[in-house]
Amino acid sequence: MKQVITLNVNGDTYSLAIEPSKTLNEVLREDLNLTGTKLGCGDGDCGACTVLVNGRSVSSCLTLAVSVDGKEITTIEGLASGEELHPIQEAFIEHGAIQCGFCSAGMEMSALNLLNQNSEPTEDDIRNAISGNLCRCTGYYKIVDAIGAAAKKMKEIKKS
Amino acid sequence: MKPTKFDYYTPETIEDACKLLVDLGDGAYVMAGGTDLLVKMHRGVLRAKAIIHLQKIKGIDGITYKKGKGLTIGATACLTDVGNHPDIKAKYPAISKAALCTANTQIRNMGTLVGNLCNAAPSADNAPALITMGAVATLKGPDGEREVPLDEFFKGPGMTVINKGEIVSSIFVPDPPKGSGTSYQYLSARGKVDIAAVCVGATMIMDGDVCKDARIVLGAVAPVPMRAKEAEKVVIGNRLATELLERLGLEASKESMPITDMRATAEYRKILVAVLSARAVEEAAKDAQKR
Repeated sequence: MKQVITLNVNGDTYSLAIEPSKTLNEVLREDLNLTGTKLGCGDGDCGACTVLVNGRSVSSCLTLAVSVDGKEITTIEGLASGEELHPIQEAFIEHGAIQCGFCSAGMEMSALNLLNQNSEPTEDDIRNAISGNLCRCTGYYKIVDAIGAAAKKMKEIKKS
Repeated sequence: MKPTKFDYYTPETIEDACKLLVDLGDGAYVMAGGTDLLVKMHRGVLRAKAIIHLQKIKGIDGITYKKGKGLTIGATACLTDVGNHPDIKAKYPAISKAALCTANTQIRNMGTLVGNLCNAAPSADNAPALITMGAVATLKGPDGEREVPLDEFFKGPGMTVINKGEIVSSIFVPDPPKGSGTSYQYLSARGKVDIAAVCVGATMIMDGDVCKDARIVLGAVAPVPMRAKEAEKVVIGNRLATELLERLGLEASKESMPITDMRATAEYRKILVAVLSARAVEEAAKDAQKR
């Protein structure tokens, strides 16, 4: 039976009637048309579907939408403010960390999850943080560099 | 594969959850983080008619440590919170390490330590160290509450002592005894995300450099996490030395009963058991010196 839930996605509130079997990933992509979040393996291994729920990264393919009723969800679409890109997005572009782009949304959400808790991550911290995000193009080096640069940028912004 | 339709329940007490589990009968499953349950449903291995989600039950998401008593980890405490808990890091470093090397960040933010145990994979990261520390599971069910030592909790791959209508509400770990140290060692072919090919937990009680008592538990080399009792005998009462570590490794290796699968061959696992159990005992003994 369908259940009525309220989702707060990137600051917007949505009321939806959905089947309990629908994942958060399906609701974001099919009901809310927020297709920036990808679906890869569907088993929680590849990280392409990563979003934040109440500030923590989760696999949206393994999250039942009914279970996040009333919670705050941040997707890749919520990173930029208007035309202004988030420092993580800027750093990914500057460092050539995006090739085919399929992993990028999830990769950037994992980076945000890390930088929210750790403003001065070491390379090891960064590699650990993205160990649940697979990239088949870049070989990870550029992504690691980009996240390191984003950390510095975000720290400077905080200072000023 | 898309899961078929099911009903979704969010009871507010554990008693209500147990009652639902009994009333709904076959096809009703308990969910904490959902990271194992939903994967099984996606793969079509398991068909749920109803999911009973524990997230709204108050008082079972906590982690509490009481000096002189011990540590209680609630059913819905996620692995990230277990791994980063200051008391667990200080008093039970092997529990913290095991929690933080389970799967990846996203899964640890969702999945729970109790769920990892209930899923009962022979390779469960969180089982070996907890068993060496004498952890006890509290099960609540229609007939009340009972306690089961984690050592007796596992019955086979995916099988536990949990009866129909029962739910594990928490895991209790006694205060570490004086002079004790712990370690968790694991190895998997693909580093962080992959499931352990072999994992070993050890607790050592030391008096100087002499071992007074030892517990060694091997994971992923038998249908359930297993005590390496012969290897324990090798170290108990003896001074730790390179030759002794080698001997205990060989003994543990002999006791283990690994199979060959996609992660490693049985032969390779036997070698890993020797290396990792020696490493675990050495590290646990070192950890004991710090306390």
